[in-house]
Amino acid sequence: MEGQGATADPQLQHFIEIESQKQRFQQLVHQMTEVCWEKCMDKPGPKLDSRTEVCFVNCVERFIDTSQFILNRLEQTQRSKGSFSESMSD
Amino acid sequence: MDTSTIMEQVKVQIAVANAQELLQRMTDKCFKKCIGKPGGTLDNSEQKCIAMCMDRYMDAWNTVSRTYNSRLQRERARM
Repeated sequence: MEGQGATADPQLQHFIEIESQKQRFQQLVHQMTEVCWEKCMDKPGPKLDSRTEVCFVNCVERFIDTSQFILNRLEQTQRSKGSFSESMSD
Repeated sequence: MDTSTIMEQVKVQIAVANAQELLQRMTDKCFKKCIGKPGGTLDNSEQKCIAMCMDRYMDAWNTVSRTYNSRLQRERARM
């Protein structure tokens, strides 16, 4: 890049945005696979049985629910007492 | 270096990083599942367990990916 910086190229900028989004998806899949593996997987058998598969599906859905619930609740507490951000930075 | 060369290289690096991430997590999980007490060698039953564990980890990864993807699509449709 001859001194003009990557942001000068709109095509590259678009590419980086898309790839970053894909990477956030991938990263969360890695993370949830690890978390749900601990919750759902007993001894690895010759096949992924249907009960385990249902557990994985539920685990992903509830993990996302939990993440959204926590985000919403934090937002609410922050709104009701404005001192929240101060107590965080202490 | 032109833009398409950079994009190609970035794509390759991302793919390598993802493979490493998967390899590392899979190794952790399957070591934990299959190696009770580390012995003098990786014995036959341990190797069988690891092989099966790898396949199940991939199944799990794909199930998680599919579920997350359909969840995202559902939420996008609701907006």
